[in-house]
Amino acid sequence: MELCRLTIGEARDLLARREISAVELTRACLDRIAELERRLNAFITVCAREAIAQAEVADKRLDQGGAPALCGIPLAIKDIYDTRGVRTTCASKILEKFVPPHDATSIAKLRAAGAVFVGKANMDEFAMGSSTENSAFGPTCNPYDLQRVAGGSSGGSAAAVAADECLAALGTDTGGSIREPASFCGVVGIKPTYSRVSRYGVIAYASSLDQVGPFAKTVRDGAIVLRELAGVDPLDSTCSARPVPDYERALTGDIKGMRIGVPREYFVEGMQPEVERAVRAALRQYETMGARTVEISLPHTDYAIAAYYLIATAEASANLARYDGIRYGLRVPADNNIELYNRTRDRGFGAEVKRRIMLGTFALSAGYYDAYYLKAQKVRTLIRRDFEGAFETCDIIATPTAPTTAFKIGEKTSDPLQMYLSDIFTISVNLAGLPGLSMPCGYDANGLPIGLQIVGAPFGEEAILRAADAYERSGAIARRPPAI
Amino acid sequence: MVRRRCYDLATMAENKISVDQVRHVARLARLELSSAEEQSLQADLSAILSYVDKLNQLDTTAVEPTTQVGEAGTPMREDEVTNRPAPEEMLANAPAREGHLFRVPKIIE
Repeated sequence: MELCRLTIGEARDLLARREISAVELTRACLDRIAELERRLNAFITVCAREAIAQAEVADKRLDQGGAPALCGIPLAIKDIYDTRGVRTTCASKILEKFVPPHDATSIAKLRAAGAVFVGKANMDEFAMGSSTENSAFGPTCNPYDLQRVAGGSSGGSAAAVAADECLAALGTDTGGSIREPASFCGVVGIKPTYSRVSRYGVIAYASSLDQVGPFAKTVRDGAIVLRELAGVDPLDSTCSARPVPDYERALTGDIKGMRIGVPREYFVEGMQPEVERAVRAALRQYETMGARTVEISLPHTDYAIAAYYLIATAEASANLARYDGIRYGLRVPADNNIELYNRTRDRGFGAEVKRRIMLGTFALSAGYYDAYYLKAQKVRTLIRRDFEGAFETCDIIATPTAPTTAFKIGEKTSDPLQMYLSDIFTISVNLAGLPGLSMPCGYDANGLPIGLQIVGAPFGEEAILRAADAYERSGAIARRPPAI
Repeated sequence: MVRRRCYDLATMAENKISVDQVRHVARLARLELSSAEEQSLQADLSAILSYVDKLNQLDTTAVEPTTQVGEAGTPMREDEVTNRPAPEEMLANAPAREGHLFRVPKIIE
């Protein structure tokens, strides 16, 4: 048995019974990383030595009994989370040598839960992108087809889970950055409700949209990790104080009578026909399992990308103002401070980051604020209301995660707008602050995974996880791991 | 449908923003751009701004803006120091330092 292929659910039992050790499990993942990394490039930094040391500690705790939930479980961490003593680059040259003096709250929680960190995963620079091609460290390749993208911005995390380089991973999702790569790599990706998980120590992109979440091989594994992440944090004042349910217990398999909303605006012309077929088949499967599908309308869907790119870039332009070459990060020397800022930022940021800073600065600038930024915030209200209305007639919403399967590396890099449109089905969920997940629901003719997105009402994580788990367990599709 | 709309935009996107405006925004954003970057940003931003013009199809005069989702409000806490002073750790990432200070170019002549 190859240990790296285990799910968390399987591994924790074997670990608790001491049939395998955390060190063996961690070594299996590190061996897999060593075997694949030259082809995949899923990691910016591999932490082999640290991971083995963490696994040794985990084994001691497991020997004593009563070990915490993720004791000895090897995880990959998107390189956007501050990790004490381990370089955190955000895939940017401007942070190429940055070593944080502290842990993000999510990292501290996972450490307390006994997790092992095998490395820092590749991503689009500052989480700006849909393909991980905007990384200063080169693109991540899709484990199903090395000529194709892994999705983005959390592409390294998704690819690492799909290729069994770890058992689960952390990503972040501002407009689809967990769900779209999960769809492209055939794994489960969960974006919780805005404010469900602390963002303290997560490098900010667009603060009214950013949310933290897990990638996993199964819905159950995703629920196990999410439970450790969720909950109030005095260091993040946007974080909700609501009690955290036991998400794993919500996976009862019982979805009888559940009303699944199917938005008519999400089945657009130009979508890859195999994607629509697979999603329709999943909906029929839900009906045979006792759920009901109801047609709903989200009339402002077509405006979501425009609103998003104004709001997200405006917030980004403010968040990224801190990279000035003074206290940390890259500095390009100059005779005076202004030139130092200008040159540092020009050399340190990649093209897409500059594009978004420019768009956001423009949208906030004198004379344009009302026409662009304020207008986008008003449209955000309309999009939010669409969902509020929809949830009066349904319990969850099911859609495709992305209009296509993974596209070719280089296919969309010359046209930023085309790239933005990859997120057409995921972006509204961030604007409305809702929980959403992506899970595999089929494969296209090239064998590439197709993602089903399930969206819940605010704090409706249990409902979407229950629905996703029930579908997964029904065996409606046979999972095909990548041949890599 | 999705694709076609974008290609149409690329052809109608000229002059949405001038090179002078690009330079002005770059100054505000503290970015020193090369002239090649100015040219490509003019084209890209023009295409994107033409695309986002679709928001004007919606009448939002009576709509309140959404600045925040979620439920947090503005929580209050005691004004207490919670972090221990760690100047060496804070300065460990400094691009240039002198003693316990960050070194920067002279600001006042």
